[in-house]
Amino acid sequence: MKVLIPTPLRQFTGKQAAVEVAADSVGEVLTHLTSQFPELRKQLFAEDGRLRRFVNVYVNDQDIRYLENENTPVRQSDTVSIVPSVAGGGNHERLHGHSQ
Amino acid sequence: MALTIARPEWEQIRLHGEETYPNECCGVMLGQIGDDGVKRVQASVRCDNRQLDSLPNRYSIDPREVVHIQREARGKGQDIVGFYHSHPDHPARWSQTDLAEAHWTGCSYVITSVINGRATDTNSFHLDGYEDNKRFEAEEIRVE
Repeated sequence: MKVLIPTPLRQFTGKQAAVEVAADSVGEVLTHLTSQFPELRKQLFAEDGRLRRFVNVYVNDQDIRYLENENTPVRQSDTVSIVPSVAGGGNHERLHGHSQ
Repeated sequence: MALTIARPEWEQIRLHGEETYPNECCGVMLGQIGDDGVKRVQASVRCDNRQLDSLPNRYSIDPREVVHIQREARGKGQDIVGFYHSHPDHPARWSQTDLAEAHWTGCSYVITSVINGRATDTNSFHLDGYEDNKRFEAEEIRVE
């Protein structure tokens, strides 16, 4: 099935925005992906082997955290999306950068 | 590094911050990243700020929304080139929170300061490096 690679990770996949993988579960997808592109592993997984907290993985429109995590089964027609979190905020602390 | 943006999109991003004031707005910028590293914004998509416990000074975009936006963008030959949000009554500069929560290396993070409901400065910051060494670099915004 197709695995969509977000912009920040494409330098580890030879600039490919999508990679085809044959697998039966999300875990297998990620294993095949990181076997094919070893440098990707460190970006996706923490030292304890778990997906980094800001790495969201979707099977079609569903977050694997609400399915069976890496045991979530996948079909060849599915699309797996890797989506780093998007967040931030001004907060009330020291700010950086210049003003235009 | 630089960001080019069509004037209508530039105005919409700033207007969004005025409309959500005193809360932070947020959204996705779509376009292409050229071989020269310049990000060309062709469209922007407003998103809901899901940081409901701290709307005035925090933002977060539902990853599911990003999945949808990315899917539609791919159909148009566009890519995610960055994100924007506003700082109500705060300068258009990145905070430690902005950096800690930034994970889209190679993309732009555009921040608009909205003072008393009016958009003032808008700055763009290119995210370089990865988790161990990531940093924001100020970049030029070219409104076309």
